[in-house]
Amino acid sequence: MKLTMKTKSFSHSIRQSALAGAMALLVAGTAQAADPVKVGVMLPYTGTYGALGEAITNGMQLAIEENGDKLGGRDVEYVTVDSEANPGKAPQNMNRLISGENVDFVVGPVHSGVAMGMIKMARQEGAITIIPNAGLNAATRQFCAPNIFRTSFSAWQTAYPMGKMAYERGYRKIATIAWNYSFGKESLSAFEEGFKAAGGEVVKQILTPFPKVEFQAYLTEIASLKPDAVFAFYAGGGAVKFVKDYNAAGLKKSIPLLGSGFVTDGTLTAQGEAAEGVLTTLHYADKLDNPKDKAFRKAYLDAYGKEADIYAVQGYDAGQMLVQALDVVKGNTKDRDALIAALENVKIDSPRGPWHFSKAHNPVQNMYLREVKNGQNVVVQVAAEGLEDPATGCSMMK
Amino acid sequence: MDLATILIQLLNSVQYGLLLFLISSGLTLVFGIMGVINLAHGAMYMIGAYLAYAFVDWSGSLGVAILLGIPVMLIVGIVIERFLIDSLYSRDHLFQVLLTFGLILILNDIQSILWGNDTHGVPIPDMLNGSISLTDNMSYPVYRLAVSGICLALAIGMYWVIQKTRLGMTIRAGASNREMVESLGINVRTLFTIIFAAGVALAGLGGILSAPLSSVYPGMGDNVLIICLVVVVIGGIGSIKGAFWGAMMIGLVSTFGPVLIPSLASVMVYLVMALVLLVKPRGLFA
Repeated sequence: MKLTMKTKSFSHSIRQSALAGAMALLVAGTAQAADPVKVGVMLPYTGTYGALGEAITNGMQLAIEENGDKLGGRDVEYVTVDSEANPGKAPQNMNRLISGENVDFVVGPVHSGVAMGMIKMARQEGAITIIPNAGLNAATRQFCAPNIFRTSFSAWQTAYPMGKMAYERGYRKIATIAWNYSFGKESLSAFEEGFKAAGGEVVKQILTPFPKVEFQAYLTEIASLKPDAVFAFYAGGGAVKFVKDYNAAGLKKSIPLLGSGFVTDGTLTAQGEAAEGVLTTLHYADKLDNPKDKAFRKAYLDAYGKEADIYAVQGYDAGQMLVQALDVVKGNTKDRDALIAALENVKIDSPRGPWHFSKAHNPVQNMYLREVKNGQNVVVQVAAEGLEDPATGCSMMK
Repeated sequence: MDLATILIQLLNSVQYGLLLFLISSGLTLVFGIMGVINLAHGAMYMIGAYLAYAFVDWSGSLGVAILLGIPVMLIVGIVIERFLIDSLYSRDHLFQVLLTFGLILILNDIQSILWGNDTHGVPIPDMLNGSISLTDNMSYPVYRLAVSGICLALAIGMYWVIQKTRLGMTIRAGASNREMVESLGINVRTLFTIIFAAGVALAGLGGILSAPLSSVYPGMGDNVLIICLVVVVIGGIGSIKGAFWGAMMIGLVSTFGPVLIPSLASVMVYLVMALVLLVKPRGLFA
């Protein structure tokens, strides 16, 4: 009450002095800052996935900045922890955000292993969790929950459409290769599902230890198998090395390389020539002809001096989602049911094209076929329109 | 597997083994002679790779990167030894572990501040950018062979220094009986500085040479450290010869293992280490 009184008396003096006006603003500012929306951010800022964490954070903050740095009229406070992409530290980091800092939302992580730990905690504690990358299928399948949302993709979505695309390009026998962890395996089996459905055959599935990047032995094996093409999943530093090694081994000429989009996303500068011609599927591409994308890319470049990538888009959409939902509930984060309902119903006008949540809280979105041309993932065609993850085993599907 | 494939896999093993040797030789040198467990060895490998990226970016030549990178790493080594490690010799190993672990964090942060968190690639020098075709669809990059050549030359060079020179003699003597060497009037302190700086420079050179083969990314040294420790432990702590054969063995195992028994791919190397230690608890050449 006292504060309101003060503000009132100051507002009186606005008419007389500009200085007093400025002070009134200051007082009003403090009044709101006392109760900001707390957004817990749990992303990797060091290690292989460091750049991804940074891009997601930038994207999210950009969306919120575009809304005047407010969510539902309230100020925003970020509480950031470095997840280090370390699954072992996920529960303790999550605990720190939920119990220690009492955040309203948790945004994270990048790595699927960390996501498993987070989801477990999120289900127990009921904290509203927004996953801006980790694509493990389970997050919106058997472990789906009303308080868990994902603004990125499921592993299945990024690999399934390539099956049909590969068959249409005349490939019948394909070898697949990925890191031996949940996301890698899920990508390969989704591709296999799509490729088999189209009529093709996977002749060999190779799983390499995560996060090792010594591929020479596997490339030799692929050369001796002589498949029509190879489908691969790697990301970050591993993707750079795999694509370079694949090219250096002379395989790209005789056995075309296909992949989940992560093989060539955020990695093209480092891959250089070696990536030219690689075909991938993902929910984002370069040269998507839509105004939202152009505006976003320009704003991102202006703000951070860097080109936006898919991770920035996913972070941006997480930010957009918060902006929209909190506007609907007018900044009231106390009424949890209303907040969740508002989050569920957001319609995101994303740089990747419009999307909305499925019942399992995974985006229903377009998947694009892209080809690497002059260091860009140029869109070739829409590989699947409005693709929805099957969400097998999710209790919210009924 | 046909004969050609087996031969190529052998080539892969040797090539990987030689690279591993280059990186782990510095670790075993420092560990064996100074009794310092340098956990930051991997981080120094990473710094080497980033130096390669920075210098190649600036000068366009990997040769320049090597010529500038090695002195930088030597200086880093001298500074760390003189100002940090020097005061810990009389203390327990735990202090060194804590210090060098702290160095990992510091070096990682320095990397992040200087070069950011993006993944970078370093182009292969034009002169070595070709490849030799081995089968109808498989070829071998010349650069990989060149790196193997350099590693082999270094292995021979190190053998020569340690076995045939006065410095090597002091190093060997220092490793087996430090007090005696000291009482004979040899300045162990300088010797230690030289060895530590050489160890850091070897890690750095490993990073520089690997940079064009691999990609340059934050935390790339962490895995390298673990595999290096495995090599050093298998070979016998402090033995250069041991590091060589240990590296060769790991090269073979991690090339053929995953292809023959895919389900054991990620534990294969550690299984071999466990087996070696069962038979020879102090490593192969300790």
